[in-house]
Amino acid sequence: MTLALHHYLILAAVLFCIGLLGAFSRRNAVVVLFSVEIMLNAANLNFIAFWRFGANPELLHGPLFTLFTIAVAAAEVAVGLALVIAVYRHFRSVDLESLDTLKEE
Amino acid sequence: MTTEKLALIPLLPLLAAAVTSFMRDGKRASIVAIAALLVSCVLSLIAFNEAWGMAADDKPKLFTIPWLAIGGTAINFGFVLNPLTGAMVAMVTFVGSLIFIYSAGYMSHDKRMARFFCYLSLFAAGMLGVVLANSLILFFMCWEVVGVASYLLISFWNHKPEAAAAGKKAFIVTRIGDMGFFIGILLAFKVTGTLDFYTEAENGILQQDDLNSQMAFGFSAATVISFLLFVGAVGKSGQIPLHVWLPDAMEGPTPVSALIHAATMVAAGVFLVARTFPLFEAGGMLPLAAWVGAITALVAAFIALGQYDLKRILAYSTVSQLGLMMVGIGVAGVSVGMFHLLTHAFFKALLFLGAGSIIHGCHDEQDIRKMGGLAKPMPLTTIAYLCGTLALVAFPFTSGFFSKDEILAGAWANNQPVFWVAALASLLTAVYMTRQCMYVFPGTHRGEHAPHESPKIMTVPLLILSVFALGLGALARGSLLDKLPPGNAVKHETIVIAVSIAVALGGIALGFLIYRGRALGQAADPLALKPFQRKFWFDEIYEATVGRLWTLFTIISEQLNALLLFIRDLAVEVASRIGTVFAIGGDRKLIDSLAFDGMCARLRCAGRTVTRPQNGFLPGYLRLIALGAVLLTALVLWAK
Repeated sequence: MTLALHHYLILAAVLFCIGLLGAFSRRNAVVVLFSVEIMLNAANLNFIAFWRFGANPELLHGPLFTLFTIAVAAAEVAVGLALVIAVYRHFRSVDLESLDTLKEE
Repeated sequence: MTTEKLALIPLLPLLAAAVTSFMRDGKRASIVAIAALLVSCVLSLIAFNEAWGMAADDKPKLFTIPWLAIGGTAINFGFVLNPLTGAMVAMVTFVGSLIFIYSAGYMSHDKRMARFFCYLSLFAAGMLGVVLANSLILFFMCWEVVGVASYLLISFWNHKPEAAAAGKKAFIVTRIGDMGFFIGILLAFKVTGTLDFYTEAENGILQQDDLNSQMAFGFSAATVISFLLFVGAVGKSGQIPLHVWLPDAMEGPTPVSALIHAATMVAAGVFLVARTFPLFEAGGMLPLAAWVGAITALVAAFIALGQYDLKRILAYSTVSQLGLMMVGIGVAGVSVGMFHLLTHAFFKALLFLGAGSIIHGCHDEQDIRKMGGLAKPMPLTTIAYLCGTLALVAFPFTSGFFSKDEILAGAWANNQPVFWVAALASLLTAVYMTRQCMYVFPGTHRGEHAPHESPKIMTVPLLILSVFALGLGALARGSLLDKLPPGNAVKHETIVIAVSIAVALGGIALGFLIYRGRALGQAADPLALKPFQRKFWFDEIYEATVGRLWTLFTIISEQLNALLLFIRDLAVEVASRIGTVFAIGGDRKLIDSLAFDGMCARLRCAGRTVTRPQNGFLPGYLRLIALGAVLLTALVLWAK
């Protein structure tokens, strides 16, 4: 059995759904960040797959976008983790459900 | 001296008044006030010297400050220097300085001495403004300042009800005259388009000769204006029928009587006539001035015969002499009236200050029946007072003799009935002054406390004034009559001089004959007849006529007031009813409840609904974002 495009796409969709569910349901801010990363990587997988099985594999569109995404994701994680640490220092907790000071009382 | 410096003459006392109003220490305030007036006295003498170098018909020197410009016309504040101003300003500051110095002694025991000097300075500033003013409006303003200051000074001892009432009376009675004056000013402005007496362009009020061609109220403009100005002069100078305030004003401290009722304020009315003399001449009002003056002189002299209050006799004497000044201006022109004004200022100031010294020495006793025998304990005061008396009764070769002689000569030449009235008034003057002196100086003292001489600060000004009272007439006669209009001396008939000497000496002799050897103070006084004592019932007549009329007006206006109040209440009631309907129906129900409150409630409700998803639960937001993304995608796909 050879791997075809739809295998990759299904894997990416599964990964994205896992990330999405994690982001929706988990309360730990760090875990939510993990989940967002998983979703990003699902998208990266799609880029690579479409490039590899696309019309012009020699043009390197896919890896280029992926590299960009990884760089942006790294920056985003840096900012996100910094925020999480700041939040932790302030509230002594990373539980998203307890971070509700903006809510109307 | 530049004409700008003229402004300093009234401004210095004004500044002194401002400064002393903040001072509590009487002695220091008196020094400030006296220093300011002395400086303006020096300036005045310089100005006088300069004015005396001018010929009678020279153009006056002017200094003009524009005050208001309305359309094409400008209302100016200005100062003028001509011989009339020069003589008057020198007299006012000189006599004023002596009175200020005297006051420093007279008021030294008073707790409110600083305030007294503040008022005195204010008064001097107003008076000098009157003298120097070159426009009717500035003249009137200063005239009113003088009025206010005299009110403050007359009622200075305001713990005495009589003093307070006298101040009010003076203020209100002169205000009646001022009303006429003010209307005259407005009319003059309407007719001539300017308020300046003199202008550089020679079109001031006093420099226009076509006033008679214009009409006002059916008379020529000059007649009406000069009549209205004369009404003002009558009020200020205590002429009949507005003389009633002057004797009552004696309630003020004696230096005030000397300053206000001898030298300055009462002379302001005569000065007004002298200043606007061309108007009076053009309007033909001079005979009226002469007659009012003559009647005033006679009536006041009669009243003076029946008075027992030392200062009241002098007050009526002042009224009488002011009448003679009016006669002088009326029959012989500015020079004669002003000559008598100047000599009178000196000898009447002397008499008042002498009276003050007597009252001071007799422990505040003013009733001449309780005096007597003052010649021995108060020699300086007695000598000074007798000098003043001689000048007042026109004893030959004193200053009063020369000036009164001019008046009589003018009257003889122009208006013989007035001459006889004036001569009779002069005779009575001699009688009442002799009567007063007989009461006060010879014999034995009838009061309770032993009299004593006054301190030097009071007697020295008296002696200085005595010199002037005796000598000024001969000194000033020739030059004064030349410098002031009409400038030509009246021919002195022998009969005039004879009558003039006869009334003076005859009056004194008559007084001696009546009062010599009489038990003064106990028995009835032969000349103090009831009509004289009661001042010809002027006050009572005013009470019965003007007072009644006033009461009637009061009643009518009170009824009117009640009616108006009722109408007002009705209107208020109706308005409040209508208001209530609008307030409850329109405002409270419609605008408040429905529009404003209702809207607010709905907004709050909507806000609460919208904020419900904003619950601070981050995964919840994320879910909503995802939902949104799905919906958007669905929308895009469906729209395709």
